[in-house]
Amino acid sequence: MSDEPVIRVRGLKNCFGDQVVHEDLNLDVYRGEILGVVGGSGTGKSVLMRSIIGLQTPDAGEIEVFGEPIIGRDEAETVEVRKRWGVLFQGGALFSTLTVAENVQVPLREFYPDLSQQLLNEIAAYKVVMTGLPPDAGPKYPAELSGGMRKRAGIARALALDPELLFLDEPTAGLDPIAAAHFDELTKGLRDTLGLTVFLITHDLDTLYAICDRVAVLADKKVIAVGTIPELLALDHPWIQEYFNGPRGRMAAATEERQKEAEVTR
Amino acid sequence: MDAPADFVEESDAGGRVVRFSGALTLAQVRDLPDRLGAIEGPVRSVDLSGAERIDTIGAWIVRRFAREHDASIEGASEDAERLIAEVDRADQPVRMRPDPVPSFYRVLEEVGAAVAQAGRTLLGLLGFFGGMIVSIFEVMTHPRRFRWNAVIQRFEVVGVSALGIIGLMSFLIGIVIAQQGAVQLQQFGAEFLTINLIGRITLRELGVLMTAIMVAGRSGSAFAAQIGTMKLTEEIDAMRTIGVSPMEALVLPRVLAAVVMMPLLGFYASVIAIVGGGIFCWISLDIPPVTFVTRLREVVPITDLWVGLVKAPVFGAIIALTGCFQGMQVEGDAEQVGLRTTAAVVQAIFLVIVIDAFFAVFFERIGWI
Repeated sequence: MSDEPVIRVRGLKNCFGDQVVHEDLNLDVYRGEILGVVGGSGTGKSVLMRSIIGLQTPDAGEIEVFGEPIIGRDEAETVEVRKRWGVLFQGGALFSTLTVAENVQVPLREFYPDLSQQLLNEIAAYKVVMTGLPPDAGPKYPAELSGGMRKRAGIARALALDPELLFLDEPTAGLDPIAAAHFDELTKGLRDTLGLTVFLITHDLDTLYAICDRVAVLADKKVIAVGTIPELLALDHPWIQEYFNGPRGRMAAATEERQKEAEVTR
Repeated sequence: MDAPADFVEESDAGGRVVRFSGALTLAQVRDLPDRLGAIEGPVRSVDLSGAERIDTIGAWIVRRFAREHDASIEGASEDAERLIAEVDRADQPVRMRPDPVPSFYRVLEEVGAAVAQAGRTLLGLLGFFGGMIVSIFEVMTHPRRFRWNAVIQRFEVVGVSALGIIGLMSFLIGIVIAQQGAVQLQQFGAEFLTINLIGRITLRELGVLMTAIMVAGRSGSAFAAQIGTMKLTEEIDAMRTIGVSPMEALVLPRVLAAVVMMPLLGFYASVIAIVGGGIFCWISLDIPPVTFVTRLREVVPITDLWVGLVKAPVFGAIIALTGCFQGMQVEGDAEQVGLRTTAAVVQAIFLVIVIDAFFAVFFERIGWI
């Protein structure tokens, strides 16, 4: 982890009509970390992500990704930055008229039109397998896949350009616990092998304990705290206490404890 | 920025060595795969010590080259080794598209599927019609279950809100018929017959038919989309579990609204079309409104009005039934809603025209000509 932030958000403000979602929000994400973003429903986690990737123009504030300002620039100007990140949307957002393998090829074709078809096919093939999909998922259409497979296919497409930064919007929502655990492993594995920085929105306490290096808590229209889970537990903000020390939070912590013990004794 | 990926070939006593340099990343590989492809013959080893950076695409290219030439990989950094091992693990044959079916079989398959689909739709529609009849009896035996509010609300959506667009359309159609008719009839010096043409064709056919097409486009599609969306969000299932029959709560009010509104709208459309035609006659043919109306009363038999009014509720029922039926067929994803909505409109208009042809023969036989 280096000191140079990959994502730098300062004084962000987002409004929808009269409703203020973010006000004076600051956040830094550092290279090589998995940052979990948590917050109650309606605290604007997805809005924050959409602002960072330029899908939503904030009312005020500045956002830099890889040192490049994002706000107020059109898509053509930020191509170089957009090549360096991959995004997994909540439902996978695969293109329904293309097969999984063709979905993976779309960003490659778009940004690097000179690549030969053979190389495109080879890249798509290993990306599909790398994300843990069975090889026969390649020629399938998104409608033929289960929810978990769709998310993996979405990650394969997000990883197509070998990005340095990966945005995941609730990757484990709607997955069964086994698939969710596999997904956690996949995310951690990708971070370790590819050196990714991961911006992870989640509600899943198990995911937070299992793979996040730091957690940012969204409440009261801003990031009220960022830190490791023990650091957050030391704070006495009521929402944080309720979140991590609620029955589910304690359960997830206990599971994590047990796993660590199991690893030590092994 | 990174230097472009490049390589040099060197030969020493043991054989050839390919030394890579620059960044072996997606952004920098450019024509490297093609140039590597041009190398033939055995290569002893691949040297990565000069490579600045590597990503999985670089690792893939290096590994593929090494395997094709049976070369060993040397001088790989820790990152490079890890990535090469990673892509090595992920190397499995993956097809990009499903196997293509020969076009002859595909045509056969598609024709067969279309026929089967058409048969199923027709049967389904009949079944749906039966289900509706049953629920009408149910409601008649338990009149308290009848949903007046829903029906009145549909009256407004199907009928009142459509007045503007149907009026404008009919007005223009009246003018077009009068204008086209007048041009032809003037050749025989019989432009007076334009009035017969306008009066009879709008009341018998066009008023109701054009209204049916407009209602199919406005309301039939809306029925399919509404019910389809409710199906997707499991609202319909929720209704069933609570004991509310979707047939009674959703389909019956819509069918009833269409059945009641269609004659009213059809009559309204005919009148407006006659007004449009009358205005054209007044301006272009110098036939004053009084003469127009008198002549109209002489040449248009009252049965023409009955022809239109008998057909209209049948058309309304067809439009509402196909709309609701297609909505109920939605399953799976949101794409289906679009497909089913289109199908609802196409089938409604098609069936309306088929039934209209039957009516034409029928009315001719009973002497309402």
